[in-house]
Amino acid sequence: MELTVGHYLAVSAALFTIGVLGIFVNRKNIIVILMAIELILLSVNINLVAFSVFNGDLTGQVFAMLVLTVAAAEAAVGLAILVVYFRNRGEIAVEDVSVLRG
Amino acid sequence: MQLIAFYILSTVVVLSALFVIAARNPVHSVLWLICAFFTSAGLLVLIGAEFLAMLLVVVYVGAVAVLFLFVVMMLDVDFVELKQGFLNYLPAGVLVALALLAEIGVVAAAATIGGGADSFDPKPGAATNAEALASVLYTDNMLLFQLAGIVLLIAMMGAIVLTLRTRPNVRRQNVAQQTGRKRKDAVEMKDVKPGQGI
Repeated sequence: MELTVGHYLAVSAALFTIGVLGIFVNRKNIIVILMAIELILLSVNINLVAFSVFNGDLTGQVFAMLVLTVAAAEAAVGLAILVVYFRNRGEIAVEDVSVLRG
Repeated sequence: MQLIAFYILSTVVVLSALFVIAARNPVHSVLWLICAFFTSAGLLVLIGAEFLAMLLVVVYVGAVAVLFLFVVMMLDVDFVELKQGFLNYLPAGVLVALALLAEIGVVAAAATIGGGADSFDPKPGAATNAEALASVLYTDNMLLFQLAGIVLLIAMMGAIVLTLRTRPNVRRQNVAQQTGRKRKDAVEMKDVKPGQGI
């Protein structure tokens, strides 16, 4: 049996689902929510690269690079928001974040 | 051989992703996340996308995961308390995850995935994957490349603006004031008579 694009899509689907599950079960801990989002973006990257390689079109890998950039930017800004939130409230439980509503 | 490597790597990726969301301590979560990134880099190497694999290690492990680690260790938070409610949310979460997986399965079954599946080529017409990628990145996708730079710049500025704070009543070194000091501001000559004070 050969390695096919289907194998990679299966891994990517599993990673994506685990990421979504992580967002659901860690409702209080925003750090783990951010990590789950990173997992989801990783699965997207694997998907893009797999399609790119198996179809012989490099544009998918260029897109994966863009996703990587956005993931890094998102982590930086998200953690900065987290640090500011912690500085203001002294905790990071995000269930009652609705108090931030103006 | 390739298939065996694939199965080992993908098992490790999925397991470490599970540990990321299930770990009790967020530091362990970050370490499992690093494990997941490394092994998925291995998965990418397996199909010849070696530049993206290197980028994954450099960007994710080198920057993002270390950033996470810094923040987790910097914030003084009671993580045991945050973990409460894990089991309450688990049934709903599993339900949604299964529904999502079923949807993906339906789409995968309906779609005809194929094309050049049995002859994959990560570097069409070039010596290495990085060279091939560079030849499309800097020509056809130049605007995309610049856009990535702008995204990073704005993210950097945003993070700095968010976390910068100016505290009053903090004594700081003022270099201009120090170097602009003249002799007459600092030293005063007094002619002191013997046996008397000033």
